[in-house]
Amino acid sequence: MAHDSLLEIKNLMTYFHLHEGIVRAVDGVSFEVRRGQTLGIIGESGCGKSVTAHSILRLVPSPPGNIVNGEILLHRGENGNEDGFVDLAQLDPRGADIRAIRGAEISMVFQEPMTSFGPMHTIGNQIIESILLHQEGVDGSEARELAIENLRRVGIPRAEQIVDAYPHQLSGGMRQRAMIAMALSCSPRLLIADEPTTALDVTIQAQILELMTALQEEYGMAVIFITHNLGVIAEVADEVAVMYLGRIVEQAGVNELFDNPQHPYTQGLLNSIPHIDEAKLARLRAIEGVVPDPYDIPSGCAFSDRCPSFMPGKCDSAMPDLAATGPEHRVRCFLYSEAEEIVTEVADG
Amino acid sequence: MLTQYIGRRLLLLGPLLFIISIISFVLIQLPPGDILNMEVLRLRSAGTQVSEEQVEALRQLYGLDKSLPEQYWLWITNILFEGNFGTSFTYVKPVSEILAARVPLTAAVSIFTAVFVWIMAVPIGVYSATHQYSLVDYFWTFVSFIGVATPGFLLALVFLWMAFVMFDISAIGLFSQEYESAPWSWAKIINMLQHIWIPIVIIGMAHTAGMMRTMRGMMLDELNKQYVITARSKGLTETRLLVKYPVRTSMNPVFSTIGWMLPGIISGEVLVSMVLNIPTTGPVLLQALLNQDMFLAGSIVFILSVLTVIGTLISDILLVWLDPRIRYEGVA
Repeated sequence: MAHDSLLEIKNLMTYFHLHEGIVRAVDGVSFEVRRGQTLGIIGESGCGKSVTAHSILRLVPSPPGNIVNGEILLHRGENGNEDGFVDLAQLDPRGADIRAIRGAEISMVFQEPMTSFGPMHTIGNQIIESILLHQEGVDGSEARELAIENLRRVGIPRAEQIVDAYPHQLSGGMRQRAMIAMALSCSPRLLIADEPTTALDVTIQAQILELMTALQEEYGMAVIFITHNLGVIAEVADEVAVMYLGRIVEQAGVNELFDNPQHPYTQGLLNSIPHIDEAKLARLRAIEGVVPDPYDIPSGCAFSDRCPSFMPGKCDSAMPDLAATGPEHRVRCFLYSEAEEIVTEVADG
Repeated sequence: MLTQYIGRRLLLLGPLLFIISIISFVLIQLPPGDILNMEVLRLRSAGTQVSEEQVEALRQLYGLDKSLPEQYWLWITNILFEGNFGTSFTYVKPVSEILAARVPLTAAVSIFTAVFVWIMAVPIGVYSATHQYSLVDYFWTFVSFIGVATPGFLLALVFLWMAFVMFDISAIGLFSQEYESAPWSWAKIINMLQHIWIPIVIIGMAHTAGMMRTMRGMMLDELNKQYVITARSKGLTETRLLVKYPVRTSMNPVFSTIGWMLPGIISGEVLVSMVLNIPTTGPVLLQALLNQDMFLAGSIVFILSVLTVIGTLISDILLVWLDPRIRYEGVA
């Protein structure tokens, strides 16, 4: 198993030390990204999915943010070579080691295509900058050719002209394509996509998703895809992690998760999608309550105050572990760590 | 596209300068009475007999008997075609000669001041923003509040007093006494450089403080923008990404004030110059206005206005050239 693992995160904790108190934005997250695979991370705003992504590249602003615990292991060795890895959590966030990884081995695409490029320089200038930074022996004109080639690959028409365009001259969709071109310019082994389609309209969104899937096959890279959109995750992910308040509450293969959601939160998310074949006037089934204040998280299971299967005396007393309930399926819920009968009961109900 | 824009702006310059020249001329005509009244009063109070015929002769000599449009025409054509700004009554010298003696020194003080302001304000502003709420940030915030709130002439007085009491130095003037009326030489230039930093620091203080705050505020806005994080995620070093992206964007206010500096370079700071006794143009303009020295005051007002217009043009062109967003949105 370990041989095809590219990135392993173990018990990552990223806390923000603010005046109002400590926000445990990421509180013990562990997962593994395999070579060439896509891990989808899904959750509501503020669940810690973006902070997790930023922690990997050490982009969390410090102060106030700090990685207080955990390992982020980037495996470099080829098949079976256990020695070649580096713990990103131990690197100096301003040091040369992490800078050599950023944009080269791991790159990132962000949510806001409108502001992701600096406004004063051309798209080409900013892509070329990345290429010159990480690829040795490439001179300016070669880098420019590479930039045009990259723009062409992401489906930008007239790439040799667009390379000299300023960001504000392009549409949101084009800008996001250019952003992807920049992220892929140094052939990274891992692409972190932080809500890359959220700010785009639906048709463009579909095009971008299609493009990313195609490019992933072409480049053979792994992807961490962060979104709050279940439809998007169903389309792109091989494996899905559901996050709630800084913790993974359920993790499974994408088909398994959609066919057999086990955590009450995941079930709630799936139920809240409107179905086209439902009776016209059926109300949307939303999850009760709101996400708790980050300074006032309920004791025990963080979801206990909104949970329809809440068990008094149990769920509010301790945090359940993320336990396996099947091959490739793990859930953080007391419903499944209990006797067999409870599991069947829920499955029947 | 850029040349088209510059061409259009240059075409507009002509009518604008014409209007400005009329306004300058009208302004100096506005106070009741004219320079001759003052002159005659002065002569009479000194006991000299001045007859009405003599006054009339002077009036004709200076063209004051003609109608206002005619006077204006005479004034502007002399400036345009002969570089003759007229004669100052109080100094009894051609205006161009008076200005020629003062403008270079004024320009030296002003340009050095501008450079001082930029060298101080931009790095401090950037540092304050990237280290917001640090001790250094608080220190410079404190300094800049004092700098903005204290009038320059007061600073100058305090400085003069301290220099005199504590170090027994007279910090007045741009030169030591032995060089005051000496012809230009390397020794005189060196002597000037030894004195010039005092007015530069005092005049520059308020500008530095203001610019520092502007730079800090702009930087704080830019630092939180996505593109800074994008640049960081590409693996750029912190210094390089700061200079290339947010600092560059934050420099717009600096570029747009270059235009206002141009008239400032010539006019100089009036009050500080008077307190420190620096031979700049500012005090001359003040005196000319008080004495109704029409040609002198009018010429200075006219030159300053023209420089303001040209400076604004330079600023606009600079901004259009440097900021692609303005280039393509506002101009196209």
